[in-house]
Amino acid sequence: MTHPDAHQDTGIAERTERRWATISVIVMIVLPLMAAYAGIHQATMPQPRVETIDPTRLHLSGEFMESNLGTAVEPDGAVTVRAIGQQYSFAPSCILVPAETPMMLRATSADVVHGIMVQGTNINTMLVPGYVSEQSMRFDKTGDYLMPCQEFCSFGHEGMWGKVRVIDKAEFASRAKNGGRLSCVGE
Amino acid sequence: MLANRKLILAHFWLAFAVFGLALCLGAWQMFVRSPLYVWISDPEWYYRSVTAHGTVMGYVFPTLVAMGFGYAITESALEQRLVGLRWAWVGFWLIVAGAIMAMVPVALGRASVLYTFYPPLIGSAFYYIGVVLVVVGSWIWVALMSINLHVWKRAHPGDPVPLAMFANVAGSYLWAWTAVGAALELLLQIIPVALGFKATIDAGLARVLFSWTLHAIVYFWLIPAYIAFYVIVPRAIGGRLYSDTMARISFILFLIVSMPIGIHHTYADPQVGAGFKFIHSAFTAVVTLPTLFTVFTICASVEIAGRLRGGKGLLGWTAALPWENPIMLAVAFSFIMLGFGGAGGIINMSYQLNASIHNTQWITGHFHLIFGGAVVIMYFALAYDLWPHLTGRSLPDLRLVRTQLWLWFIGMMVTTFPWHWVGILGMPRRMAYYDYTDPALSPQALPVTVSAIGAFILLTSGLLFLFILARGSTASRAEAGPYRFSRPLHPVRSVPLALNSYGIWLALMIALTVTNYGYPIAALVARQDTSVPAIYVGAQ
Repeated sequence: MTHPDAHQDTGIAERTERRWATISVIVMIVLPLMAAYAGIHQATMPQPRVETIDPTRLHLSGEFMESNLGTAVEPDGAVTVRAIGQQYSFAPSCILVPAETPMMLRATSADVVHGIMVQGTNINTMLVPGYVSEQSMRFDKTGDYLMPCQEFCSFGHEGMWGKVRVIDKAEFASRAKNGGRLSCVGE
Repeated sequence: MLANRKLILAHFWLAFAVFGLALCLGAWQMFVRSPLYVWISDPEWYYRSVTAHGTVMGYVFPTLVAMGFGYAITESALEQRLVGLRWAWVGFWLIVAGAIMAMVPVALGRASVLYTFYPPLIGSAFYYIGVVLVVVGSWIWVALMSINLHVWKRAHPGDPVPLAMFANVAGSYLWAWTAVGAALELLLQIIPVALGFKATIDAGLARVLFSWTLHAIVYFWLIPAYIAFYVIVPRAIGGRLYSDTMARISFILFLIVSMPIGIHHTYADPQVGAGFKFIHSAFTAVVTLPTLFTVFTICASVEIAGRLRGGKGLLGWTAALPWENPIMLAVAFSFIMLGFGGAGGIINMSYQLNASIHNTQWITGHFHLIFGGAVVIMYFALAYDLWPHLTGRSLPDLRLVRTQLWLWFIGMMVTTFPWHWVGILGMPRRMAYYDYTDPALSPQALPVTVSAIGAFILLTSGLLFLFILARGSTASRAEAGPYRFSRPLHPVRSVPLALNSYGIWLALMIALTVTNYGYPIAALVARQDTSVPAIYVGAQ
């Protein structure tokens, strides 16, 4: 291209390019800063540490024995939900929790990779055999939520749906009075 | 006409033939899991189909396109004889053998583990060995690209490497290092178990190794499309490439930051700590840079075409663009899909937002839009652009070509927008069947139906594409002349060494992968208590 102001054009082109590059770099820096802020300030971090467990002995002893699965009110008043995923169901298949209560979900897999996702919430974690997954959760509204397995776990995957039932805080407290592990299986 | 047209046509025809088959499977899957179909009586068929669709679309189709395009670039950009033609054919036949070896057990239902493998699920060893052969075949291509460039550099000391070849070789190095993660997983973990030498496997470690490949592979898929943006589009529409330097920087950035970000696929996994998840999230932000630079440079290059054609005003030049030209249409569609897909990708890279859509249909919608949409439409464009140089015949009917591109764009919009939406509603991935009569799932029935209709629009467009190529192979003869690439606005007389070679960037690529993956991998390898029994699929 021939143009009387070719030099001036080059200057404009370079300035425009530099401006765009600057904007791009700012975008690139702001995104992780936002993630860091939300992570530290609002405590929305993924599970901080790695915890292992032997999936072949889950049913024999320890935290994920059948009698220990479900929702527990710990001695210090904290609420913990323990669950396992296995081809092709969750145990317990219906999880009972109180509304408006911060809780911890601890879960693992007895065989292959599964995932727990509670529809309509951001509760979403993988279950990898050999490892324990931990996720904090809190439900504001009572009601039933579907809880599908979100990872391909072989031919029965499409049938692996559980449920979470969120009940009133006071009602939960009265049901939890006698201790033990709560669930809504068979209700 | 290109001298190695037989070799290039073999790659393209195989690529597009398997693409056509996998597209049929994809449309079938969309149909059977939608409310349009009553109930799949044997869900196992669905998972066979998903495995075949993913393996072909992820490993075979884009690899063959990158290879064929790479050979075309080597010959026409370097203007020298292709060194190692016989080896190129060896690579091609390895891919054919590997693809057949992998697909037979999949078709028999002995390897329904999906293309992402998912150990401790273990399928037939032939499936994994077939995938390895495909990768080995493509590594021959990587070596050939490097050797050919080396030969050229020796004959042209100090000359700037033509941009097309610079980008092509960057893409080939990217692929070589990308594939290492999955190769380690396959060779050290999965294949020994599939062959029966071992009965246990660390599923967490396998997921980390696979994430090394899983994200960077998408940049390998998109590099041919980006090369087409820079070296085909400006030439085809009568513009100039705005900046040769920016193009080189973009490809170098892809090379460096594609790998050390893959752990963003495992935000929800228990086997990686929060620290490395954050580091990978931050590095994922860096990978937006080459795309933002590319969008700017290509829009500027297109604007030059518009103004050269007499377009005026702030946006008036867009009306002056050659919209009847299929390449113009393809790049416009590609950018629209890249825009939506990129915005979705920014949601996926943030681990706070990721939790709401992780492993939902949102993810499937996302990568179909960005790979199947933005990237594959450029594969169509580069095939159309190259075809006359490969066949010695002109493509007969440009209207049909435009219709095909329009259908692909519309089909992709109709398919992926509702797909994203049901993901937000919490619809999980990879299920053969959903009970839409459940009140909680019934709102998903309509969007899933719309999405399935979109899949058939895509199928129509894909078959039309094959038809156009086939017709182009029998049309009247016409000498297309030498295959040329776009000219930059300012002629490139010299390029700084750093933008003309790869040494320092390859060192940085490996170093960053080691710093970002070294500890997570070493920590898992060092733990003794993480191996779990393998669960064998299918074989009864």
